[in-house]
Amino acid sequence: MNETLTVLLDALPFVLQGAAVTVTAVVGAMFLGLFIGVPLAVGQVYGGRAVRFVCDTYVWFFRGVPILVLLFLFYFGLFNFIGLNLNAVAAATIVLGMTSGAYQSQIFRGSILSLPKGQLKAARALGMSDALAIRAIILPQALRLSIPGWSNEYSIILKDSALAFVLGASEIMARTHFVASRTYQHLPLYVSAAVLYFLLTWAGVAALRVLEKRVRIKGYVH
Amino acid sequence: MKTNDKTPLMRVQGLSVRLGGREILKSVSLDLYEGEMKVLIGPSGGGKSTLLQCMNYLILSDRGEIELEDRHVDPHNARELCGFRQQVGMIFQDFNLFDHLTAVDNVSIALRKVRGMGKTEARDRAMAELSRVGLSDKARLYPAELSGGQKQRVSIARALAMDPKVMLLDEPTSALDPELVSEVLTVIRSLAQNGMTMVMATHQMGFTRALADEVLFMQEGCIIEQGSPKELLAEGSGTRTLDFCSQILEVEGCTP
Repeated sequence: MNETLTVLLDALPFVLQGAAVTVTAVVGAMFLGLFIGVPLAVGQVYGGRAVRFVCDTYVWFFRGVPILVLLFLFYFGLFNFIGLNLNAVAAATIVLGMTSGAYQSQIFRGSILSLPKGQLKAARALGMSDALAIRAIILPQALRLSIPGWSNEYSIILKDSALAFVLGASEIMARTHFVASRTYQHLPLYVSAAVLYFLLTWAGVAALRVLEKRVRIKGYVH
Repeated sequence: MKTNDKTPLMRVQGLSVRLGGREILKSVSLDLYEGEMKVLIGPSGGGKSTLLQCMNYLILSDRGEIELEDRHVDPHNARELCGFRQQVGMIFQDFNLFDHLTAVDNVSIALRKVRGMGKTEARDRAMAELSRVGLSDKARLYPAELSGGQKQRVSIARALAMDPKVMLLDEPTSALDPELVSEVLTVIRSLAQNGMTMVMATHQMGFTRALADEVLFMQEGCIIEQGSPKELLAEGSGTRTLDFCSQILEVEGCTP
């Protein structure tokens, strides 16, 4: 028992550094996914045939291929092929972000479609271009409605980030595995890793709840 | 307001619209003179709303021409289209206020982002328009905190802020509780008295009698009767308009 505790305490700073890596990758992937997902959603809803085709293809590809395959495909395959020399964490962040972009686009698409049609009409009637109307009227409302879906997406990416371990990214899972394979304290170490993931999920979801409350429009029930 | 010797401010010629295989408008034409108020009435599905939305290019007609001050607009040219729409204000039945913006921001957003006004200037102008519709004390409230009548007045202020030459009103009081109708009609009445050029779809017959220069009765995509309210609503005139209005008024419990 004592030995277990010592191992855990010794491992803690090491694993917590991994938590910092995990959080960096997840937050990075969430934002990358946001920047990819919003234009994808706008393209799917408002784009012409060609734009819709490109957006649909992107979404189908990233939703249809397992993340593990994508990680290998990009890190060992594509990034190497185009001569991009990325470390494992950066590569994992990009792949997670691109995948998340496909999923986030569907969250945003749903939010955009749930807005009353009259919002765009009223904006056009005032002389706004469609681009301006989307930026100033549609997205501010759609993004607010997307926060609940977004917190779901966060919890998924957080857990998917453990897969970055296979690229050798030194995140929570990799460091836990490293300590466990040397000390043979598998059970307590992986329980600790599980608790850590759980806490990070909880904290992120709670933070998004706060954000949702903060940007809520008075009296607005949609 | 009989100014038929002048050229019309806005001219609609031969508008036809097919939507989903149905002919919604069949070659509709009208001339709108400056300061004139035309009222569209008729059964629902008759094409009133489609006509109004065509006049602002919110729906593109399959055939026909719209001219504002003798100028034709190419609706596929974004710049021309946006310029045209700024001059033709639109009021919707269900208000369509921007739900994420306060009353004053609803009015000022197009001033800033379309007209390129500075923040303070746009705000001052928006406040002036809100006070014109009697809502300066509601400027900081969001649409969800306003009553239907207040929402519609904000939407009128929003349209007026763009200094439109023509206002199109699509049943502006139909979605309102009965006790809120008069506050909106009061605002529209004062617009009419100040010489705003308007086309309004409405079933408010008292209002139409008092203020309309011309009544257009629309049915199945055509204007089938038009004339002054006096002519069309005269006792024993035997018009479709009178017949239709009697039915509305009977429901409301009064005689035409």
